[in-house]
Amino acid sequence: MSLLEQPPVAVEPPEEVPESARRRLLRSLAEGELSALRVVLMLALIWLIFQAQEDRFLSSTNLTNLLLQITSIGCISVGVVLVLLLGEIDLSVGAVSGFTSGIMAVLMVRHGWPAAAAIGAALVVGAAIGTFNGLMVTQFGIPSFVVTLAGSLAWQGGLLYVLGTTGTVNLAPGLVTDLTGTFYGAAVGWALAAAILAIDVGLLLARHRRRVAAGLPAQGVARMVIEPLALAAALIASVLVFSDDRGIPLAVLILVGFVVFFSWLTQDTEFGRHVYATGGNVEAARRAGIGVDRVRVAVFALASTMAAVGGVMAASRLMAVNQSSGGSDTLLLSIAGPVIAGVSLFGGRGRVSAALLGALVIGSISNGMDLLALASSAKYVITGAVLCVAVTIDALARRQRQLAGRH
Amino acid sequence: MERFVAKGVCKRFGAVQALVDVDFELDAGEVVALVGDNGAGKSTLIKAISGVQPGDAGQFWFEGEPVEIRTPVDAYRLGIATVYQDLALCDNLDVVANLFLGAELLVHGPGHAVRVLDEIAMEQRTLELLATLSVTTLRSVRSEVGALSGGQRQAVAIARSLLGAPKLVILDEPTAALGITQTHQVLALIERLREQGLAVVVISHNLANVFHVADRIVVLRLGRRAATFDRRTTTQDQVVAAITGASLPRPELLLGPDGASVPS
Repeated sequence: MSLLEQPPVAVEPPEEVPESARRRLLRSLAEGELSALRVVLMLALIWLIFQAQEDRFLSSTNLTNLLLQITSIGCISVGVVLVLLLGEIDLSVGAVSGFTSGIMAVLMVRHGWPAAAAIGAALVVGAAIGTFNGLMVTQFGIPSFVVTLAGSLAWQGGLLYVLGTTGTVNLAPGLVTDLTGTFYGAAVGWALAAAILAIDVGLLLARHRRRVAAGLPAQGVARMVIEPLALAAALIASVLVFSDDRGIPLAVLILVGFVVFFSWLTQDTEFGRHVYATGGNVEAARRAGIGVDRVRVAVFALASTMAAVGGVMAASRLMAVNQSSGGSDTLLLSIAGPVIAGVSLFGGRGRVSAALLGALVIGSISNGMDLLALASSAKYVITGAVLCVAVTIDALARRQRQLAGRH
Repeated sequence: MERFVAKGVCKRFGAVQALVDVDFELDAGEVVALVGDNGAGKSTLIKAISGVQPGDAGQFWFEGEPVEIRTPVDAYRLGIATVYQDLALCDNLDVVANLFLGAELLVHGPGHAVRVLDEIAMEQRTLELLATLSVTTLRSVRSEVGALSGGQRQAVAIARSLLGAPKLVILDEPTAALGITQTHQVLALIERLREQGLAVVVISHNLANVFHVADRIVVLRLGRRAATFDRRTTTQDQVVAAITGASLPRPELLLGPDGASVPS
């Protein structure tokens, strides 16, 4: 009895057809494997367009301003990326950033708390709110969309309550305002850049040696050569631009620090692997023995904590907390950024670096339109259109994967 | 001594008697196909053995010892691994990550406390495991599983079940929805499991595949064990007859539940 006698199979799935190099490149650009490159190209295009319209756009002063403008949104986006990786959403991050920064400001100004303690209290409240969101989603099965939408309203009310009748709490210069008001000189910048590059290359070489020693294939040229070169170029350009203006902003170092930490957490640790697994196929993750509920609660807690960090950064830059803190377009932009930079709304795909890249894209559009003195109406429409295009690309990439028999 | 014996397994869902006093036995290095029409009780029996849905009655022996299987963890500890039809893979993760899902290897030293993944050890172990299974069609173990063919995905799922060094592997419809070439690859993989001394249970609707790979064929019908065949002395028609209940197989081919010929 041989296989040839088996009844004919209705549809024979095609064996793997070798892709042409050009097709593979296009696919990886569209599907996120090279999405970082796609976003960098998008950013370059946006910068060229604005520079052509207004030659102050690429000045060192404006670029420094741009980076300072995105630190708050960028920090919030780091948490949003984690939630999106689960295939969930957190619509309360804007309100939570406002509410927690309000708590910080009131504790400092009205109750005389030391700045560090007040910041700590804001972060703890953020973590508690996130834990609550996570428990509502996991224990009661309420969609995160609904829980966090309700939370968004409630925490806006919370902000109004803690601010009381005055509506605004101004911050005296101190630790909090220093977060966005501190700049380091060129010497510090070059030392930092050299240290970052040395650590990156050192880790890369160590990993390469261990792979070779273990008899595994070496990593590709992109990983071994192009990435370190791109990092070096970005570091040199950043130091040159920043030191031409006020110096290296502490706020940018804080944002980059969070991005690096959460990139490590998601890519290199067991927790991160479980986040991707839960977002990719929750049933498979559960059957593999992963505590998916614990993972979800932890991610919501981290997201709200990062929202609180973003709130502190926003308060620092504004030197005040008022009734519109964390309101307006904070929520929309902090979700739009990662999505534009290739984090899938359907879960399981994307990287934390998208928080930084996405905030840069969103921030550049907003900053450029401000420079051009466009009307608010045009700004909203354009930002909305960019988001819509980004989400469409995500949906198309997903459909393409499904057509190719992938899910 | 047989590796695995089940006796008198019963399961009732409301008014439906899904399994009636079913016996099942399996030896090391043996592939047993479990066949039957829809609703015959194949999946119910598998769920009872794998602890996913324990039976109402029935006793199990594993390597001669009486054992309890009430949960999937019980089955896992005994060395029973199950590969379900839906494979339960994360398409967004690569082959290495899927193999070690929920059982990731961690680095030694200071990174262990913060649970840093040991990617190199996992990748090495993946390559070794796939080599012992002679899976050679994968371009890279760092490919996303979602980008693999159906046969490759099945191979990944089977390889994952082998990580815990099981003694009994249950495969639920491993060749369903696969093309001819990929089916052939999976059947070759099952033969390799047998060569390694594993006991293998295969549920399948495809009798051609069953005859290709199985040593014995157990037919369930309406929740009862209807017949047992030795593959070498049986034709597909006889198995089909037993599945549909059209006619009883010729008595000299019919083996009793204990493998001995039933006196006619």
